[in-house]
Amino acid sequence: MRSGSVKPNQKSTIDKSPVVELANISKSFPGVVANRDISMRIERATIHAIVGENGAGKSTLMKILYGLHQPDSGTISINGVLTQFKSPSEAIAAGIGMVHQHFMLADNLTILENIILGYEPTSYGVLSLSDARKRVKELASSIGVDLDPDLPISELGVGQRQRVEILKVLFRGADILVLDEPTAVLVPQEVDELFVNLRKLVANGTTILFISHKLDEVLSISDQITVIRQGSTVATVAPNAVDRLKLAELMVGSDLPGHGERATKIGKNIQLSARDLTVIVKNHKNPVQNVSFDIFESEIVGIVGVDGNGQFELCEALLGLVDIQGTVEIGGIDASNLNVRERLDQGLAYIPFDRHREGLMLSASLWENALLGHEVSLSRGPMIDFDAAKKSCREIVEQFGVTTPNELVPAFVLSGGNQQKLVVGRNLAKAPKVLVAAHPTRGIDVGAQAAVWEEIRRSRDAGMSVLLVSADLEEVLGLSDRILVMFDGKISAELDPKKATPQILGKYMTGAQ
Amino acid sequence: MSQQLSANRNFDSMRKSLNTLGSSLGAIVLALVICGVLLLVTGKDPFAAYGKILETGLTGEKLLEMLKRATPLIFSAIAVAIGFKMNLFNIGVEGQYLFAALIAAEMGTHVSLPAPLHVLFILVVAMVSGAAWASIAAILKITRGINEVISTIMLNYIALSFIQWIFETFFRDDSDGGLNVKTTEIASSGRMPDLVDNRLNGMFIVALFVAFLYWVIVFRSRFGFQLRASGLNPIAARTAGIPAKRMILFALLLSGAVAGLVAMPSVIGDVYAYGPSSTPTQFGFAGITVALLGRNHPFGIIVAAMLFGFLDSTSAVLQLSEIPSSIVKVIQAIIVLVVVIVNEASSRRYNRKIAERAALALKSLDVSR
Repeated sequence: MRSGSVKPNQKSTIDKSPVVELANISKSFPGVVANRDISMRIERATIHAIVGENGAGKSTLMKILYGLHQPDSGTISINGVLTQFKSPSEAIAAGIGMVHQHFMLADNLTILENIILGYEPTSYGVLSLSDARKRVKELASSIGVDLDPDLPISELGVGQRQRVEILKVLFRGADILVLDEPTAVLVPQEVDELFVNLRKLVANGTTILFISHKLDEVLSISDQITVIRQGSTVATVAPNAVDRLKLAELMVGSDLPGHGERATKIGKNIQLSARDLTVIVKNHKNPVQNVSFDIFESEIVGIVGVDGNGQFELCEALLGLVDIQGTVEIGGIDASNLNVRERLDQGLAYIPFDRHREGLMLSASLWENALLGHEVSLSRGPMIDFDAAKKSCREIVEQFGVTTPNELVPAFVLSGGNQQKLVVGRNLAKAPKVLVAAHPTRGIDVGAQAAVWEEIRRSRDAGMSVLLVSADLEEVLGLSDRILVMFDGKISAELDPKKATPQILGKYMTGAQ
Repeated sequence: MSQQLSANRNFDSMRKSLNTLGSSLGAIVLALVICGVLLLVTGKDPFAAYGKILETGLTGEKLLEMLKRATPLIFSAIAVAIGFKMNLFNIGVEGQYLFAALIAAEMGTHVSLPAPLHVLFILVVAMVSGAAWASIAAILKITRGINEVISTIMLNYIALSFIQWIFETFFRDDSDGGLNVKTTEIASSGRMPDLVDNRLNGMFIVALFVAFLYWVIVFRSRFGFQLRASGLNPIAARTAGIPAKRMILFALLLSGAVAGLVAMPSVIGDVYAYGPSSTPTQFGFAGITVALLGRNHPFGIIVAAMLFGFLDSTSAVLQLSEIPSSIVKVIQAIIVLVVVIVNEASSRRYNRKIAERAALALKSLDVSR
């Protein structure tokens, strides 16, 4: 175990020589954009951010650094020594620790047990926890984390679980920490706490690689930022030398569309109305309770909330997938007793929470995926009109900029952003009156995100009403005309996006206000 | 550019078919090798055994027998495949077709119609009866959420006892003082004519036609698309407004209807009656293996049914040359096991290739831009 890696109060003596040096790394890899000639130097005891669109090659690069892939050419030096990692265990031995986006913790075990898992200290073959507990406490206090090591994981919140993941890699002796999208799952307050911990880590001499596409956070936390585009490094910049827009342009490689003022005013007709909507779940607490709202023509209403506060069930209720009390009106018509297809025929469209689970048939072709939900209008009599269906798919591909060789390839070959564009295109293609959009840009890159926003805005200008459910607060603030906060199955506040900030939303979302 | 892409398209679909065909053939060869080893271990000469199979099987007479034996397998496999296409496992084809055989045989004796209509009437009754029996499992699944695997297996046993009771109590032909263990014979107007006298019945043509209809309905029609979508991703299908319960009901009814035809080659093509010993059994289960081997594709099912028919047709002769006829069943079982394994491996390889080729095509798109 590398015990010297975490010692407080060493700041003055820390040398800033490159701790990781990647030189001319190339990797070709089927289905994923290759890494082409990537070089970067990461200095000791700094936070080095790596930003880039989804599929730009960030993850491939990190997997190479972590020993999951071997580069086709190029070299990796750690502390000035040329190294080749054949597996993650070799990378771990060299002091590299990876905190994955999805936590890998056993819920029933305690914090301590999770941390020592795989590295259990023993004396004479018997587990000896006391030393480990002491060391975990030391590590925790050195980065300003206050956790009882004997609490079970199941009692922790998302932010605390992430802290456990970090402690886990520190316990294994890591002094180079790779954080993969660490803030994706956190509310703003938790992000602030995380950043405090990260700064302490750096002060102790740890080097942090911070992968993200949340540009504001990158700008606030990093010492250096490397931008990767299409597998190559575009630039390495200091955060005070760029702003958000400049960084986004570096990532996308072209000017981004501006925020875009609305071309039309909010209309007078109510297009989507919920009255005392309650979702009934037998033998459970009702996940949605007495929710009422109206959405007017050309209006976007954002819904924010911590995951699991009823947003998902609300969407299901609007779509007609669950048992409800109360009423739902679509386009002025009572839809409470209509089934899903009838509601869709009334002009409702739905961009689902999870495109893989609810949106796509991954092994089926693009045109079959585009056909899903439109199979009635794209039929001749009882038979599918194959030509019309393929043509309709080509139109969606064209209009929504889906990058694909043709419409016959199976959906799984597309990148996440292109899959999402297909799902969005499928739902906007027949000019719906009302769109329920759940996380419309989750996990997709900046370019695809801008395209999806643009399409939503265009349809809104044409009169479409939108219920926007999203965990991306910037997205909600940027698109919405009104914001509703969902907490514990109820709407707890209505806010004006012009006056709200992510911090204010965060307070309402956690029920603090 | 667009020409290149469309050429690419035809290539795509051809390549997929070739991939499927190649892996299935490979699986069959591998299964024969494994069986050869088994034969060696038991002290028999595998080359002699396979030689015998080919020698006896590849005669005109045996080839007709192959088609005859393939006929019920095609019906049964398609019935199973309809369920498979939406991830429903209809293990109850056995009970459905035996129930349908009894009802259709009996109803066929109670009407007098001109020949083609009489035959059609019996076929329709068989399909409705098969669907009716399958509907029990469908209703249990829709209303109570009971897994169709369990309910259809159980309904097989219920069907056997139920059929026996109805047969003995109501439908048994007692004109001959109890010597006939059959229903009353169907009049000649209700009999399906032979294609080749006493060797191959017209039901073979019906089987090919049903395979064609299966292709049209499942692969070309709107209903078929909804069925396949519900199988590929039931949550996405539901979210897109395809009613899950209705699809379950329709799929199981359709499956049961086709199952109803399994025993018809015997009932209206051979024995002209239902009888506990004369009506063939076990085809429901054989259909599952044939559907697996044929990958739920109509053409694949026909070929697989013929392969099984071929192997079955040679089993009697094998016995004469002191090779255990059960080796045929062993070959069939091993083929299915190997096919399932090889299918999985080859479709993974195929998916990887597709992803690679798409990535390449995307790269060339990038360059041309």
